[in-house]
Amino acid sequence: MQPSIVPPRRAEVVALRPREATTAAVWRLVATVADPEIPVLTIEDLGVLRSVGVDGDAVTVEITPTYSACPAMDAIRDDLVSVLEANGYRNPTVRIVLAPAWTTEWMSATGRSKLESYGIAPPTGSAPAGAVPLGFGVRCPRCGSLHTRQLSRFGSTACKALYQCQRCQEPFDHFRDHR
Amino acid sequence: MGNALTPEDIVRDGRKAPSDVAEYALRLGDDALVLAQRLGWWIARAPEIEEDIALANIALDELGHARSFLSYAGSAWGKNEDDLAYFRDEPEWRSAHIFELPNGDFAHTIVRQFAVSHFQCELYARLAASADETLAAIAAKAVKEVDYHRDHSVHWLLRLALGTEESERRTRIALDDVWPYVDELFRDDALIDALPHVAVRPSELRPSFDAAVSSVLAEAGLESSTRFTARGGGRDGIHSEHLGTLLAEMQVLARQHPGLSW
Repeated sequence: MQPSIVPPRRAEVVALRPREATTAAVWRLVATVADPEIPVLTIEDLGVLRSVGVDGDAVTVEITPTYSACPAMDAIRDDLVSVLEANGYRNPTVRIVLAPAWTTEWMSATGRSKLESYGIAPPTGSAPAGAVPLGFGVRCPRCGSLHTRQLSRFGSTACKALYQCQRCQEPFDHFRDHR
Repeated sequence: MGNALTPEDIVRDGRKAPSDVAEYALRLGDDALVLAQRLGWWIARAPEIEEDIALANIALDELGHARSFLSYAGSAWGKNEDDLAYFRDEPEWRSAHIFELPNGDFAHTIVRQFAVSHFQCELYARLAASADETLAAIAAKAVKEVDYHRDHSVHWLLRLALGTEESERRTRIALDDVWPYVDELFRDDALIDALPHVAVRPSELRPSFDAAVSSVLAEAGLESSTRFTARGGGRDGIHSEHLGTLLAEMQVLARQHPGLSW
């Protein structure tokens, strides 16, 4: 008996970008903050940026960690405060929220293609096949071959696993699926 | 422990943990922190570099869970995660004995991981439906991570048990040494009785835990040992001789230089 871990369906993943002009302007500003460990990705690409609130000159930004102990959160929080202060928001608050829990389903399509051209294989998604989730083949970000193998389930950061391409022989990082 | 996740984040809008919920969160946080400290020892000592990275990543996840649980627990008593991690003496810790077991050889560490990651997986999957929103949020996040730890331990257990004669021999010894400590994880007590719908009843996890581990053990050609049951007592602050030395190493810097930061 496996505990049931129900992944969110794509249809449930809502677009978070606010429509109202003031908050939308703040969103566009903070959405440029990059992940310090994978600098080609912004926190919006990653699905880490969750909400923006504006109340007079007070701005609140909510972000969610990818993993419980993700060490990048410190840097992201500092970068958010800097970018807001540099743009005249004198009273920024950054909140880290745990629920709902982050999933790679929230990574944007732009994020996925940026990751691949940076040399990291993006999450593949996997088939919801009951107790045994089946992973799809991981494509080599260098030569495009699907003939790859996992070297290690853990990699240089909590969110990655280490793979090697059997065709071009290059080792590469895979941003692993986290549902 | 840094400032990524502060008590203010955990207890947004001034929400404070009721004291019995805090006691429960303290147990979960202590289990995770003691395990993180144990696993961290393997850094630079694991049998191969990939495994070094794997155990360090697992330790980091556990540390993250501990920080959330301890921050929440501390909100009840006006304390932060560091107060609870560094300035409590041994009788004030609420971790179960299995977490403080010495690492032993690699087989002992893997068998301990096999037991505790199955336990945490079953526990957090149910705690994610807790009536306490903060515990539920921490658990919903943590369960995805311990699910991966469980996979890692299963892969290694099979590899060691079905590997060489030496790896099989050591795995059998590790199973004999670690398994007596499993029982304590599933004991109910007055605190659990006082928290219906908030806490998960440990005894209710036992059947699914047993089913999951026994199918892997059967595949590995192993049997869990039932020679004896360890005394336990961790939830009441009664610990084995091992916790004291672990805490001494973990707490020495914070105690010698109170308020130190970098």
